Formats: sequence, C-alpha cells, structure tokens
Amino acid sequence: MKYAIYCALVLLGFLGVSTLGGINEYVFFAGFVILQFVILATAWNILGGYAGYVNFGVPAFIAVGAYTAVVLFKSMSAPLLVQILGGGILAGALGLGVGLLTLKLRGIFFSIATVAVVFILETVVNNWRYVGGATGLQLTRPQDLWFFDSYARMLFFVMAVLAVLSVTIARYIQDSFLGRGLRAVRDSEEAAECSGVPTLKIKLIACTISGALMGIAGAPMPMYLSYIEPTSTFNLSYSISALGMPIIGGTSHWIGPVIGALLLATLQQIVTVTISNELNVLVVGVLLVLFVVIAPDGILGLIKKWKQSSK
Amino acid sequence: MHGALLKSPIFYQKTLMFSVDLIFEAVLFGILLGCFYAAVSLGLSVAFGLLDVPYVAHPALLILGSYFTFVLSQTGIDPIVCGVLLMPVFFLIGIGFYRFYYETFEKRSSDTGVRGLAFFFGMSFIIEVCLILVFGVDQRTVVASYIGSSLEIGDYRFPYRMLVAFGIALTLTVALTLYFSKTFNGRAIKAVGQDEGALRLMGANPVKIKQLAFGIATAVNALAGAMLIIVGPVEPAMDRIYIGRTFCVVVLAGLGSMSGTLVAGLVLGIAESIVMMTFGASWAPAVSFGLLLLMLGVRPQGLFGR
Repeated sequence: MKYAIYCALVLLGFLGVSTLGGINEYVFFAGFVILQFVILATAWNILGGYAGYVNFGVPAFIAVGAYTAVVLFKSMSAPLLVQILGGGILAGALGLGVGLLTLKLRGIFFSIATVAVVFILETVVNNWRYVGGATGLQLTRPQDLWFFDSYARMLFFVMAVLAVLSVTIARYIQDSFLGRGLRAVRDSEEAAECSGVPTLKIKLIACTISGALMGIAGAPMPMYLSYIEPTSTFNLSYSISALGMPIIGGTSHWIGPVIGALLLATLQQIVTVTISNELNVLVVGVLLVLFVVIAPDGILGLIKKWKQSSK
Repeated sequence: MHGALLKSPIFYQKTLMFSVDLIFEAVLFGILLGCFYAAVSLGLSVAFGLLDVPYVAHPALLILGSYFTFVLSQTGIDPIVCGVLLMPVFFLIGIGFYRFYYETFEKRSSDTGVRGLAFFFGMSFIIEVCLILVFGVDQRTVVASYIGSSLEIGDYRFPYRMLVAFGIALTLTVALTLYFSKTFNGRAIKAVGQDEGALRLMGANPVKIKQLAFGIATAVNALAGAMLIIVGPVEPAMDRIYIGRTFCVVVLAGLGSMSGTLVAGLVLGIAESIVMMTFGASWAPAVSFGLLLLMLGVRPQGLFGR
C-alpha cells in the first residue's frame, strides 16, 4: 500500500516535469535513455540477479521490440501503445524460445546462446528490405501528442510509466513463489529440484518476463529517434550496461538495479556529452570489473556493511 | 541486355547454387578457413573445454594479439615471427588472468557463475575500448611477402595467406594434441579437467596445473592473433563475431577435444564458405551462431562428446 502511494507520487512528479514549461528539451532526451536503462537493468535482474542466469543478448530483445514497433507502424500505422504491447509480446516469446532451447543446460551455454540470438537476428534484419535492411529506415512521427508540448516529453512520460511498471513487477516477483524459487535455483539447482521447486518452469517464466520487459524498453526507440538502423540497435554495449547496472547496484533486491541504472546511466550521459561515446562503455566495464572483484554485493552490499559497522 | 542479366546478382546466385564446380571450390576454401577457425579456437578449447572456466574474454585477447602483432611488425619483423615472440608475453598474461580468477572467484566459490562471466565479459569490453582509444576504429593490416599473392593449381587459386594460416593451424593442433597425450604436464592438465579432487589426492596441486594450462591457452592465442591479421584486416570490434566462431567450434567439438576442435573448425569453415557463395557474404555471421544454437538445442555434448 505504501509502495502504491510512492509509485503514484513518482508518476505525478514525472507528469509534472514533462508538462512544465521552460525546461531544455535535451533533459527529456537524456531522461528517456536513463529510464530505458532502469527498465533494462530491472528486466535483466529478474533472470540474472534472482536466478543467476546471465543474459548477454539484451540487444536482441531490445531490437525485437523496436523492429516489431517499426513493422506495426509501417504496415498499419499502429499507435504507440499498440507498438509497445506488440514489442513486449514478441520479445517475451523470444525469451521463452531461447529459454526452451538452453535453460536446461548450464548457465554459460544460456549466455552464449543469447549472444548467438543477437547476431542471427542482426543478420536477418540486415537482409530484410521491408525494415530498411543494413542502411536503416527513416520514420515520420505521428502528430499525436496527447496533451504534451513535444514528442520527446510524451515519450519521456511513457517511459516513466513503463519503468515504474517494470520495477513493480520485479518487486512483486521478488517476494512471490517465483522469486523464492529463483533464489533457490541460484543457490543450488539440484537442491531446489530435490525440494520440489519446478526449476525449469520458473526459469522459463522468468526468462519470458525478462525478455518481454526488454522488448517494452526497446519498442519506443524507433519513434524516439524517428529512425532505425541495425548496427546501433544490435550493439552489444547494451548487454554490458544492462548487466553492469544491476551488479553494481546490487542484485539481491529490486531497488539494486534501479540505483545502479540511475547512477550509471546518468554518468554515461554526462561522459557521452563531455568526453566521448567510447569512454562511456569503458566506464561501465571498469566499474563492473571493480565491483565484481571488490564489492560483489554491489552498492546495496556496501550500504549494509556500513550500517552494520556503524552500529 | 543479355549481359546485364548475366551480371545481375540474382541470376549469378542461381547458377552458383547448382554448379558442382563452384561448390567444390567453396569446400576447398572452407577447408582452409576451417583450419584457421580451429586454430583460433584452440585456446578456448583448453580454457573452457578442459578447465571449465567461462573464458568469454578469449576472442578479445585474440584481437589484442593481432594488434600487438601489428605494432611489432611495424619494425619490419615478419608477422609470424611476431606471433611467436608474443607467445611468452601472452603466456604470462594467461597465468595472471587465471591467478586472479582463482583468488577472487574460485577460492571464495560463492556464486562463481554470474561473477566469473561478468568479469570476463567486462574485461573483453575493456580490451576492446582500449584498442579503440589507442588505434581508432580503422581496419589494420600487416605486410609480408606472402600476403596478396596466390598459388595457382590448374583452375584453382589458393591465396598464400590462407595457406600460411593453414600451416600454422595444423602445426598448433598437432603440437597441442601431442602435448596433451604424451607429456607429463599435458596429461596432468587433462586429468585436472576430469577430476580435480582425485588429482589433489594424488598429491598434485590443481591450481598450479590449471595456471599452466591457462598460460598455454593464452599463448596459443597470440600466434592465432598473428594469423588473424595475416588472413585479413582487423578492427577492434571484431571480437564480437569471434565469440560466435570460437564458441561454436568448441561446443561442436565436444568440450576439450583437440582433434575434435580441428574437425569442428572444418565443419564451420565449409558451412560458412558454402553459405557465402550461395547466399552472399552478408549471411556469413549467422552461420557460426546458427550452428552453435542448433548444437546447443540438439546435442549440447558436441559431435565427439561423451
């Protein structure tokens, strides 16, 4: 109940900011990306953090969301919400498919298989003329702004709603039967199976939900850029960010990925603007390695330790 | 008008599909390519296949080897010699990597899977971005007398660079196979892959043996990197596609088999070469990853696995 009030307050705040005049449009452009990473990190954590299955193929799910949106928009000029819904459903189906194929195997095989999916889909899109092939496709945004002043502001608010939705789902899963089962899988798969946890089934459910949320995060991208192109959509840098943020924030609690994503994505935006684009991948990479080695429980773990020692 | 039709890619592809002669040529080229793929995967076959370490940074180190070769060859040294000179350096890098991995992950043994994977994945991105920051995103090549010319036998032309790679690949495979079957240390490495606990009971130190194996795996990668830049231009982001090729070969081979690695490399090489000829080069990246997915779905223990 308390959580619902917080969510409502956060959303009201976002609504206020995005309708307020006098704010530089760039804030909304950057804010969109940061919120997108909140969703991606949260989605990754559902499978990677709770169950310990590392998904390297984040861009595949983003791209399925984005290209589904493109196809829906180009063929029947579907509205944004339909695009997002469609993208989420197909990306969820992809998650289920990859899961069925490899979740019976050890974790590393699942990870490699997800990389494989990225490259296979990228090759298919490169050779698919309808969505622009390797050169990409220009899209004209519809004039539908609801009551916002600009398209960027509207997308920013839509992303905020989706982010709150994703975090709510992750929070619900954490304390549900599913979350407890996934944690049992992470600690010891054999022991979980022996105690009657339907390990494969819950892994598949988690993989589907995780994939669907990544698809949802990717679906508004074509409208955001009014352009789509495979090389940047299928960029593996998404993977390092989406797995780095939860690990840096802390994977054991739903708030971990949110903290990690907010801190790192903001840092990345600053680095991209002030220094260079390559460097922001390096920042995440170095921080990820540092945290994995020195503070494996992330920022949450550090806070916990600090609290215990100060008592 | 007639000429235009003949030159149009669609017509060209149709005729290629049914031409036995061209398939034969594709297979020949595939064999050369396949040996090359086997050689770049040998290190991973030891580190991941035998020792079960999720060595995702392997392809990034391969590209690092190529770039070191590029820098060394600027002084006028032959690229193959550069690769050999780099082997001791990479041996030490490999030992360092394993030592670090052991101290931080295996020894604490909590949640090794996620952290080990994230560590190596992060390392490969760090290597890639550092290469971009130092060398830029441009493609780099090396010069040698055997690059650019071909051996002609009848109607077939074999580029010397591919033949050189073929030679190195065979030498490496044979040397590693012999090492693992004939020498004391080689057998010890195989043993540690099979049963670490038993090895410890025999009074051997599994950590030292794994360290040695990791050094060898990474040293082999230096020569493979030199080979990579001999075969074609190299750019920093190339490690991503080699994740697919190397893991495909290792999984196809059935973890940890050296001769299996050669056969698996050949399968991938021939498959990729045929797809390139019939569907065009833009479909090539999907071959290794597709084969890998298929293998994981149908027979995850590999072609020669137990």
